[in-house]
Amino acid sequence: MKKFLIAAIAAFTYAISSGLALADDPLKIGFVYIGPVGDHGWTYQHNDGRLAVEEAFGDKVQTSFVEFVPEGQDAERVIRQLAADGNKLIFTTSFGYMNPTIKVAQSFPDTYFEHCSGYKRADNVATYLARFYEARYVNGRVAGHVTKTNTIGYIASFPIPEVVRGINAFALGLRSVNPDATIKVVWVSTWFDPGKEGDAAKALIDQGADIITQHTDSPAPLQVAEERGVWAIGQASDMAAFGPRAHLTSAINNWGPYYVERTRAVMDGTWKSGDVWGGYSADMIKSSEFNAESMSAEVIADAEATIAAIRSGELHPFAGPIQDQSGNEIIGAGATLSDGDLLGMNYYVMGVEGSLPQ
Amino acid sequence: MAAITTVELILLTVVSAATPLLLAATGELVVEKSGILNLGVEGMMLVGAVSAFIAMLTTGSWALGIVAGAAAGVIMSMLFGVLTLFFLANQVASGLALTLFGIGISSLLGIPFIGLPIEKLPTLDIPVLGDIPILGPLLFEQDFLIYFSVFMVVAVNFFLFRSRAGLILRAVGESHDAAHSIGYSVIRIRFFAVMFGGAMAGLGGAFLSLSYTPMWVEQMTAGRGWIALALVVFATWKPGRVLIGAYLFGAVTIFQLHLQGFGVQIPGQVLSMLPYLVTILVLVLISRNASRVKLSAPACLGQIFHSNT
Repeated sequence: MKKFLIAAIAAFTYAISSGLALADDPLKIGFVYIGPVGDHGWTYQHNDGRLAVEEAFGDKVQTSFVEFVPEGQDAERVIRQLAADGNKLIFTTSFGYMNPTIKVAQSFPDTYFEHCSGYKRADNVATYLARFYEARYVNGRVAGHVTKTNTIGYIASFPIPEVVRGINAFALGLRSVNPDATIKVVWVSTWFDPGKEGDAAKALIDQGADIITQHTDSPAPLQVAEERGVWAIGQASDMAAFGPRAHLTSAINNWGPYYVERTRAVMDGTWKSGDVWGGYSADMIKSSEFNAESMSAEVIADAEATIAAIRSGELHPFAGPIQDQSGNEIIGAGATLSDGDLLGMNYYVMGVEGSLPQ
Repeated sequence: MAAITTVELILLTVVSAATPLLLAATGELVVEKSGILNLGVEGMMLVGAVSAFIAMLTTGSWALGIVAGAAAGVIMSMLFGVLTLFFLANQVASGLALTLFGIGISSLLGIPFIGLPIEKLPTLDIPVLGDIPILGPLLFEQDFLIYFSVFMVVAVNFFLFRSRAGLILRAVGESHDAAHSIGYSVIRIRFFAVMFGGAMAGLGGAFLSLSYTPMWVEQMTAGRGWIALALVVFATWKPGRVLIGAYLFGAVTIFQLHLQGFGVQIPGQVLSMLPYLVTILVLVLISRNASRVKLSAPACLGQIFHSNT
């Protein structure tokens, strides 16, 4: 009898507490960042997405983040800790978190994981990425209209397909309106080093570039462009404040809508693994306001028309004909590179100077 | 102002790339000469950078910005000094802790200041001399901190090797027991050296956030504190060689970027590795006693001083 009583009480309290938990406990969501939230670039935008989730769901969610998590062993520890702390949805926002995410996901089958930029998935691991190249194509067109020296300086981080794709999309956009313009690329071997990025901008300007664009995260190149009297196109977040005159536009990573949608899916119980690679049409990227002081109305109108065409699917930045640097045809007129081709891109297209480091 | 040519612009870039390293390394050199190894340079630079930026933005005064950067570096270094000199904590662990602490506290202090641009530290142009072609703008149209960094190399060199106080400081670094036994206050001398190192690291940080890239972003030093530490060993504890090392390193970084623009590919990783490679080489060399003396490494570097009075 006594045993039964204890068991009954235990069952009762458990039912009550778990019932209460279901009713009141907010959904816990964890975020893992590669850089500081204050980088004003990649991580800053992911954090912006986290804030959008908080705004959308208020006290129904409880979000937390860990910044500056190195890719590798540390990442696994951090992700595991977040899962163990009861986070039901975890966003891991750098390519190198792929294997740790998959590994932790196996130990926490009831937790949903979202890995940014990877290619490995599981029943509880989805992947997502934005089609940044769409915005870079638009930026390329803008640059093609604005440049006077026909030389664009491109500050690049590491020669991975994502970055190469961005350079090529920019080149295709550039030369679709200005076939004489070329791109000089400088690799800085870092995602974030304001000093070095600024120095690279100076080097490119000294070599005749009058527009600087970047695939690194700090706004230093913008500042250099402003100081030296040339133009610049920012990355990841709106960098206009760092070069009010120089800044033409920035491609903005816009994670908010996706994060809100996935959070809602977890709440509704409709979350499914999958792979999302969205661009302008999915609102995962957008262009910042075009600088009307430094660009003519025609150029702005052209950029907006290009965005509209990409959004409607009428224009694909990697539609043929496309030639590589030495003039070999990659794809003919009427065809378009597949997502698979884009994800493994390891060559420069016509219009990019220098050779791609291997 | 004379027309600035490309060559001048490139050299100007080299100078500004070298200056934060030079400031921090000159300070650390004095610290190490007194026998203390402070690995917290990166942390002190970051706190210096954020403090200088905040002071400049809120008061609008360049001078206050620079002073705030130095002062913040001093406060950070005093934490280290108290731990290692009074509580006899391990210097390596305390220095690493100081760097981690500096990363954290600078991020915290800087949160409201991210994304706010400021004007660049103005240059102090020296009339007439600044009009000399090529060398003019390079030597006489720089900002205060660049002049100051070079001046400090000369001053530190004079202090260490031409003044009595410098001799005492070096004696403390060579043999704290001997210096102590003839009546010098090892702790006090080392504490001042550590504070000087902090001030210089803070100025190095201030240069980053006021002049090099006039903004605040977290971790904007991006490893420059570690390069400064490596430079001290690279220079075998000689101020003049620190100057050469810093400018050499600045030049290599900048020329590599230019070569890429001209289509020549050098793996950037190799160049980023160079200062550390040379550091390891020097460290290997000084592990032999004879060459240690020849390379002027302070004999008591990193050792804890137990005052037995």
